[in-house]
Amino acid sequence: MYKLLLCWRYLRTRWIALASVISVTLGVATMIVVNAVMAGFSNEMQTRIHGILSDIVFESHSLSGFQDPQWHIDEINRAAGDQIAGMTPTVAVPAMLSFQVRGQWVTRQVMFIGIDPKTHAQVSDFGRYLQHPANREQLSFDLREGGYDTIDSQNPTETPTRPALEHAGWPHRRMRVNRERLWKERLESKNSAENSPARSVDQQVDAMLAATSPADDSSETPSDTAATDEKRTNPFQTARPKQGHVMDMAEEQFTGIVPGIGLASFRNRQGVDQFLSLPGDDVKITFPTAGTPPKAVSDNFTIVDFYESKMSEYDSNFVFVPIDALQRMRGMINPQTGIPSVNSIQIRLKPDAKLNEVRDRLREVFPSDLYAIATWKDKQGPLLSAVDMEMAVLNILLFLIIAVAGFGILAIFFMIVVEKTRDIGILKALGATSSGIAGIFLGYGLFLGLVGAGAGLILGLSITWNINQIRQAVEWCTGSRVFDPSIYYFFQIPTIVHPVTIGWIIVGAVAIAIGSSVLPAVRAARLHAVEALRHE
Amino acid sequence: MQSRLCDMSDLEMPAQKTPMLETRQIYKQYQSGSTTLDVLRGVDFTLEQGGFLAVVGQSGSGKSTLLHVMGLLDAPDSGEVWINGQRIDNLPGREKDRLRNNSIGMVFQAYHLLPEFTALENVLAPLLIRHGIFNWFSQKRAAHEQAEALLDRFGLSDRLHHRPRQLSGGEMQRVAIARALITKPRVLLADEPTGNLDEESGAGIIEALAELNQDNGLSIVLVTHDADIASQARGIVRLAAGTVDMINPGATGSAA
Repeated sequence: MYKLLLCWRYLRTRWIALASVISVTLGVATMIVVNAVMAGFSNEMQTRIHGILSDIVFESHSLSGFQDPQWHIDEINRAAGDQIAGMTPTVAVPAMLSFQVRGQWVTRQVMFIGIDPKTHAQVSDFGRYLQHPANREQLSFDLREGGYDTIDSQNPTETPTRPALEHAGWPHRRMRVNRERLWKERLESKNSAENSPARSVDQQVDAMLAATSPADDSSETPSDTAATDEKRTNPFQTARPKQGHVMDMAEEQFTGIVPGIGLASFRNRQGVDQFLSLPGDDVKITFPTAGTPPKAVSDNFTIVDFYESKMSEYDSNFVFVPIDALQRMRGMINPQTGIPSVNSIQIRLKPDAKLNEVRDRLREVFPSDLYAIATWKDKQGPLLSAVDMEMAVLNILLFLIIAVAGFGILAIFFMIVVEKTRDIGILKALGATSSGIAGIFLGYGLFLGLVGAGAGLILGLSITWNINQIRQAVEWCTGSRVFDPSIYYFFQIPTIVHPVTIGWIIVGAVAIAIGSSVLPAVRAARLHAVEALRHE
Repeated sequence: MQSRLCDMSDLEMPAQKTPMLETRQIYKQYQSGSTTLDVLRGVDFTLEQGGFLAVVGQSGSGKSTLLHVMGLLDAPDSGEVWINGQRIDNLPGREKDRLRNNSIGMVFQAYHLLPEFTALENVLAPLLIRHGIFNWFSQKRAAHEQAEALLDRFGLSDRLHHRPRQLSGGEMQRVAIARALITKPRVLLADEPTGNLDEESGAGIIEALAELNQDNGLSIVLVTHDADIASQARGIVRLAAGTVDMINPGATGSAA
């Protein structure tokens, strides 16, 4: 009983010892915050990765793919149908995306992915990441008559609005085409005016154009005509919509595509998205045909929506297109039988299905030299394991902080033992056993550990739960961005608190506190009663 | 020594004549660097039941060391310590701890109260040490009553919840005596209990000890260097050069 009472009294009177547990508190708090943020980040990343990759990807090694996806789907169903919730064929090829910004052609390397708009939503969260509400319900590759979200539907409260998307869709397209027509007329009148003296008319047109449109939509028309010329001479060009008919650009569109939002926009320092092109704009994509050697073909496409998974790797790389159009353009449809080929089949499993088991079952059925079968975790393995390793290293480093705190406790406990030598002598004279004396200091260590870890728990959790407010406060104070959304593509720092992790952190901290009080406790227990009593 | 041993084996000796506390040929050396200091050189000391002996001697004569050996705080190099007919110097550590807690009350010159505890808690300390947490709650009420009664007896009933540093020297020493008595010990060992006190407080302390001896029959060993104080005991033992030099005759205590 005296042990408890003494521990309690020491705890209340020795402030220096409480100072030594501040480092335990800070260590525990830091570990909780870091683990919560890392877990949140990792979870966010996994959902994003998983959002675009289905559970299992069944793909061909060859860029030309394999024939008859329906036969493969049936075979997969036979092998593991009981665990499969949905499947969709896709075609993925590397491609070059070119679009015009202020009269300049910008070309980017992309992954061009043909998807089946009807079934793709069954296998991934793809639909959730689109910008038009109707497309989120059911994706259509037809351009919409406006109504695109001007706020981020995934995070409506935190993100700045995107006013540029207000007129996206057909209104934007019509406005652009009309401006191009005006420009063209002006060019023609300018050409004729060069031979005529009526220059004042030309200047009038100039003034009118300057008032109505900025100078950025300069030369879309010449390149468009060039593109149509190219199509006429291109023997691979089979996918041109409404062949032999001059398109009315204001009323018709090319094949619709959904590029990642990072391809068409960038985020400025204020976190506001600046769009280089909008739904309704036309782009050119160059991609290889099927067959050996592949030949490059290119065609015009119309942006119909943006895809925003907030994984910048995907958002600045992927362009989605209807699978049948891509198969046609790449020559992946057998001319005799009309049976198409695909690159891969995306498989979504039922919620309780075992990922690796299904993968292994499919690997038994399909020869590995023809097909690569991988789970989404396999595909992102290096990234996921890098995050895991980062977490492990951070945890070790932070735990060392608590271990350092343990040495602080050790030093201060030695001091207290020296200071309390006479009291130890008194207790021994009154009949306290050596183990009882040791128990006082071990119990004191336990108390301090509990106090430190408890305070750390409270501090860590309150930081974790308010981390975004803290971030804002720090940004307000320092004037610089702590968490740059143009890099991370989400506006809030994600956090997940795992009770088991917290339990381990606290057990570890308390164990360190007890562990570092062992030596002083043993020293106290071994003190000689008479010498201790004589100690001044 | 020889004759005393014969006395001990004397069949006529009644059982109640067993000495309360007895040391036989206690030797104790202290090593200080290269020099060896012989503090006790064969001390034979006997305290009868209900005796009150004063041990006097000059500084460094080994009074305190003898007291520590008798109180099991220090182990002799050789010799035996007996309490109530039981040899105790060779007991295992835990048994010694139990004896210190149950049977021996000690009072020190420097009071040796625990600064974190109130007067009441200091008096309760031996009982706190004796009982575990769960035992304590069943004992708590009785223990508190006992401690308060003891403090009341020493005129400290208005000082129960004062910390030692809020008490005067005399008050602290009375708390220390109350603490020594709460376990109802067989013998009280007092090491210069008046050494740090003014004359008046010191006299009060000695008076209280004499009263305890007379009224309660408590056996007391009082170490002091003050002849006046020693004269209030029923017997005096003088230690010199590590051996018992002289005893005051006519006392209940005796030494060979």
